[in-house]
Amino acid sequence: MNIRLATIALLSGTVALAGCAKKAPEQLPPAPEQTTTDQGTTVAPVGDTGPTLGTQAHFEDAVNGQNVIYFDTDRFNIDSADAAALQTQAQYLSRYGAISITIEGHTDERGTREYNLALGERRANSAKNYLISLGVDANRIRTVSYGKERPVALASNAAAWSQNRRAVSVVIN
Amino acid sequence: MKQLIFALALFASPLASSPLAAQSSDLGTPVAEGGSVETLGEAEAEEGGLSFTVTDESDWSDIGVAIAGFAADRDRPTPANANGTAALGREISRVITANLRNNGIFRPVGPDSLPQPSFAQITSPSWGSWSGRGVEMLVHGYVSARADGRLTVGCYLYDVALQDELIREGWVVPPADWRRAAHKCSDLIYSRLTGESPFFDSRIAYIAETGPKDKRIKRLAIMDSDGANHRFLTLGSATALTPRYSPDYKKLLYLSYVDGNPRIYVYDIGTGRQQLVAETGNPTLAPRWSPDGRNILYSMAVGGNTDIYRVPATGGRSVRLTDTPGIDIGGSYSPDGSKIVFESDRSGTQQCYVMDADGSNQRRLTFFGGRCATPEWSPRGDQIAFTRIAGDFNIAVMNPNGRNLRVLTSGWQDEAPTWAPNGRIIQFFRTTRNSGRSGLWQVDLTGRNERRLKTPVDASDPAWGPILP
Repeated sequence: MNIRLATIALLSGTVALAGCAKKAPEQLPPAPEQTTTDQGTTVAPVGDTGPTLGTQAHFEDAVNGQNVIYFDTDRFNIDSADAAALQTQAQYLSRYGAISITIEGHTDERGTREYNLALGERRANSAKNYLISLGVDANRIRTVSYGKERPVALASNAAAWSQNRRAVSVVIN
Repeated sequence: MKQLIFALALFASPLASSPLAAQSSDLGTPVAEGGSVETLGEAEAEEGGLSFTVTDESDWSDIGVAIAGFAADRDRPTPANANGTAALGREISRVITANLRNNGIFRPVGPDSLPQPSFAQITSPSWGSWSGRGVEMLVHGYVSARADGRLTVGCYLYDVALQDELIREGWVVPPADWRRAAHKCSDLIYSRLTGESPFFDSRIAYIAETGPKDKRIKRLAIMDSDGANHRFLTLGSATALTPRYSPDYKKLLYLSYVDGNPRIYVYDIGTGRQQLVAETGNPTLAPRWSPDGRNILYSMAVGGNTDIYRVPATGGRSVRLTDTPGIDIGGSYSPDGSKIVFESDRSGTQQCYVMDADGSNQRRLTFFGGRCATPEWSPRGDQIAFTRIAGDFNIAVMNPNGRNLRVLTSGWQDEAPTWAPNGRIIQFFRTTRNSGRSGLWQVDLTGRNERRLKTPVDASDPAWGPILP
C-alpha cells in the first residue's frame, strides 16, 4: 500500500511539473505517506477508513460528488458550476497522477438517437478539453458517449431531463 | 481537404481497443439464409381498364377482396405444415388476408368465413357463390407438393363483377419459405389493384428492447415485413443500435458497444461474422448503405466534432464528405445515388441538408421553424421522410426541395422513419412518455392509416429492406 502510494506520488509530481507549470506551486505532490492533511484545495483527504485509492468511491469522495457535470438542453458548453467541478476533478487527477478516467457523455431522452450519440460525445469532449486546459494529460482521459441510452432519472419531465444531460467522470480500473 | 483518409479495418489495427475475436462476443447463432423463389409463367396481364383503380391515395376507398383458401391438388405431407398441403393452403390465405388488412385500401375477407373452392375451381370460379358477398375482388390459389420437396403455389386474382381473371402468377418455393409465396401473392394483388410497386415480400431489421428504462437490453433482430420469422441476432450483453439491411439482404450494418465503445460493424448474415467498418479509434455512428450496396456512409466524431464519411463496402479509403464545425450525421441517398440528404446542426439546431454524393453543393432544405432529424429519401425518390421536432416528435414528409411539409403522426415521440420498398408506407418507432416503452408503427402517406406492428418485445430503430431478391 505504501509502496504503491509512493509510486503514485512520484508520478503525480512529475505530471504536475511537466504538464501544469502554471499551477504547480499550489499543487504540491503529496507526501509519500498516506495523505491526511488538506493541501489547501477542495479535494478532501481520504483517511485510512475511507475508500481505496484507485476506486470510483475514492474519487467521488475526494471530489465531493462533483464527478458529474450538467448541461442545458442541446448545449455542451462548460458553465461556471461545471468549471468549478472540473477544477476539483483536475486537482484530484493532479494529486493522483496514476489515475486515468473515462468521461461518459449523456443526453436526455428528448432527442433523436444518433444525434444524441454525437451530442453526448461532444459533451464528454467539452469536459475533457477543460480538464486538459487545467493541465491534465490528454492521455489520461478517455471519452465515451451513451447518448440517451443510460438515463439516471427515469421520468419524462424537465427535472429528470436536466439530471440526464450530464458528463460523468469515472475512474478506469 | 476532404480527402482525410483512414485505414479500413479489414485487419487488426494497433488502434483497435480490443482483439478482433472479442468483437463477436455478443453474436448469436447465425441465421440460415432463405432459399430462392422461382417465378413461374409471368402473368399475361391486361394493362389498365380497371374502373376503380385510383392513383390518388387521398381518394382510396376500401376494395372488398375475398381470399378463399388455397386448394391442394392432393392433400400431401409437407415440412411447411404438420397437417399437409390442404391446411397449408388455408394458412397461405390467412397470411394474405392479414397483409391486405389495415392499410386503408382493402377490405379483405379471409378463408375462415368463406367457402373452400375445389382444385378445379381455382381456374374456373363458381361465380354464383361469390357475387352476393359484397366483394369486388376474388383471390384463388393452389398449393402443390413437388417431387423434389419444394412447393408450387399459384395465385389468381378475379374481378367478381366482370367474372374475369385480372392476373395470375405462380412460384416454386422451398417449404421453409412458404410464407414468401403468400407475400408474393399479396404483392401481386396489391400492385394489380393499386398500380403501386410491391412491398410485402421484404424484411425488417430492428432493435428488440427489454428491461427497465435505465438498464435497457437492446438486441439486433430481424423479421419478415409482417413480423413472422422473427430472429434475434445478438445476445444482449452489448447494446446494439440502428441496423440497416444491405440492398441484397446478405449483410447488416449496425452500431454495437461490444468493445465498450460505440462502433459500427458490418455483420454477414450467412456466416454470422462481423467486422468493424472503420477502425479509427473514434466513435463511428449512423451507418447507411448506398442504393447499389457498393458504399457505406458513416458518421465519425473526432474531438467531439461529427462529420459524415463514405467508404467502399469492400474496404478501402474513407472520404470525408462534410467538414463544418458541429454535428453532421446520418445521410440517406436519393434512389439514383446522386444526392445525399443528411442532418446538421451547423445553423445552431438540427436541420436537414442535401449535398451531391461527393459532398459538394451542400445546402439547407428545411426552414419550417422546428427541427429536422433522421431524413430518409423515399425509394421512389419523390419524398423525404424525417423526424420533425416541434414540441413533440412526429414523422413528417416533404418534397426533395424541402417544400410541402406534411406531418403524418401525432405521438409524443415518434422517431426514425424507414420506407417500405415501394415508398408508400413509412415505419417508425414510438416511445411512450415516462415508461420509455417503445414499439414499431407504420403509417401511410395520407397519415390516416396508422397501425402498430406486433413484435415479441419492445422495439425501436426499424430499417425496412427492399423487395427480396
